[in-house]
Amino acid sequence: MARVQVSEAEKVYILHGIRDDLRVDGRGCEDYRHMEIETDVVSNTDGSAKVTLGHTAVLVGVKAEIGKPRPTVPTEGYLEFFVDCSANATPEFEGRGGEELGTELSNTLYKVFNNKRSIDLKSLCICAGEHCWVLYVDVLLLQCDGNLYDAISVAIKAALFNTKIPKVHISSDDEGGKEIELSDDPYDCMRLNVENVPCIVTLCKVGHRHVVDATLQEKACSVASLIISVTHKGTITCMRKVGGGSLDPESIFEMTEAGKRVGKALHAPLMKLLEQEESLGKKRQKVGFLG
Amino acid sequence: MAGLELLSDQGYRLDGRKATELRKLQARMGVFTQADGSAYLEQGNTKALAVVYGPHEMRGSRSRTLHDRAVINCQYSMATFSTAERKRRPHGDRKSTEMSLHLKQTFEAAVMTQLYPRSQIDIYVKILQSDGGNYSVCVNAATLAVIDAGIPMRDYVCACTVGFVDETPLADLCYAEESGGVSSLALALLPRGGQIALLQMDARLHQDHLETLIEAAMTACKGVSKVLDEVVRQHLQEASVLTGE
Repeated sequence: MARVQVSEAEKVYILHGIRDDLRVDGRGCEDYRHMEIETDVVSNTDGSAKVTLGHTAVLVGVKAEIGKPRPTVPTEGYLEFFVDCSANATPEFEGRGGEELGTELSNTLYKVFNNKRSIDLKSLCICAGEHCWVLYVDVLLLQCDGNLYDAISVAIKAALFNTKIPKVHISSDDEGGKEIELSDDPYDCMRLNVENVPCIVTLCKVGHRHVVDATLQEKACSVASLIISVTHKGTITCMRKVGGGSLDPESIFEMTEAGKRVGKALHAPLMKLLEQEESLGKKRQKVGFLG
Repeated sequence: MAGLELLSDQGYRLDGRKATELRKLQARMGVFTQADGSAYLEQGNTKALAVVYGPHEMRGSRSRTLHDRAVINCQYSMATFSTAERKRRPHGDRKSTEMSLHLKQTFEAAVMTQLYPRSQIDIYVKILQSDGGNYSVCVNAATLAVIDAGIPMRDYVCACTVGFVDETPLADLCYAEESGGVSSLALALLPRGGQIALLQMDARLHQDHLETLIEAAMTACKGVSKVLDEVVRQHLQEASVLTGE
């Protein structure tokens, strides 16, 4: 990730501030930065979303393709994640430099979605054992200012909400084989239920307290972080500790509780915003990067 | 059969444009604050994002440092969701490497590299949506990004892809026209002096038509340069209002 150099005096300042629940930009320990979300930014995808969290900018595109289901679960479709840390974010990501971070992010996303409830995979099945929908979720990292996991998970939720999968009609042709027809009408499509899609909350341990949505400076002062993915009911689907420092069990428990609280509070306003954006329909003025 | 529907009898193309008409160009500079210069440009349905870092100290191989001018390093990559069929690798394939080299060649002709010896300028371009004319949109976006970074250039670099159908040159091709078997020519121009920075054509074209095609490309590029100039002046005006001048 992009590195920021923080001097000892700055570290002490940040530490003391967080101890008194006052961060450098005036936020409290559990407050997020200003977040902007817009869906349907790229028109030749089936669903897309752009999220800006402070200076972090993430673009997610979802493409649905017909493929063969996994042999262990023939009645379900599946999701494939790919995170591209582009050189736009920092010159260190040029060429193959961003691959390490990209693989780490996509592996975490696989773990987060690896459960039966997040997405109804059975609705992605077309023909058991032969055809199913494969959703390729591609994440593009445009600017890096800390807290990538949170921004990516919100963007994925928004993009999946925006995804329109065309309806399929299966007919059998003369030789007994199956023929798949996609409906031509762009409005005749299936939408996904994203209520149970989790959002990831990253908590960084700074001194004796933990902060949500850390900037790069605060990250440089923290020893370890905890990544928790929380659904709207408060259920945890994945938990991971990252960073070189060590955490004691009481603080992990405390951070988990805080993560659940913060994560749960994130879902309701997000869904309301997405539904509001959707209800504007054709009248919505698409801004994208031009605004 | 190529050329059948690409230009109708009344002179209209597939998307309703006339033969010499460019697609709608919208651009914005200063999209990202962390980079030294950035720009977003849309030409029809093709969208590109260009980011410039530099001039800064040589990163990586110090042996490539040039003692009398700056090294320009370009990377062209496409988002995996940018094309109709999903692309497996964003960059690293032969086409992207070739495009990166072309961009490097184009900008070495325009940027005043003698002012920054022993340093490096990075230009990264990302295609978010691809609908033909990828190279031209990249060059136009990168020009704006370099201007946003405050790096001095000899002139704007404007590019356009033109094709030849039914004895008529078509300016600013879209994907359907490019893949329809049209002989296409990509041209990068420095408009004020009429200097060509890059010329590329890889199709069959009769020698007699070459001059007409290049002329059409140069006219189209000059049209693009007018729009880019407008965008830069607008951005400068906004910036000066914000700083209270």
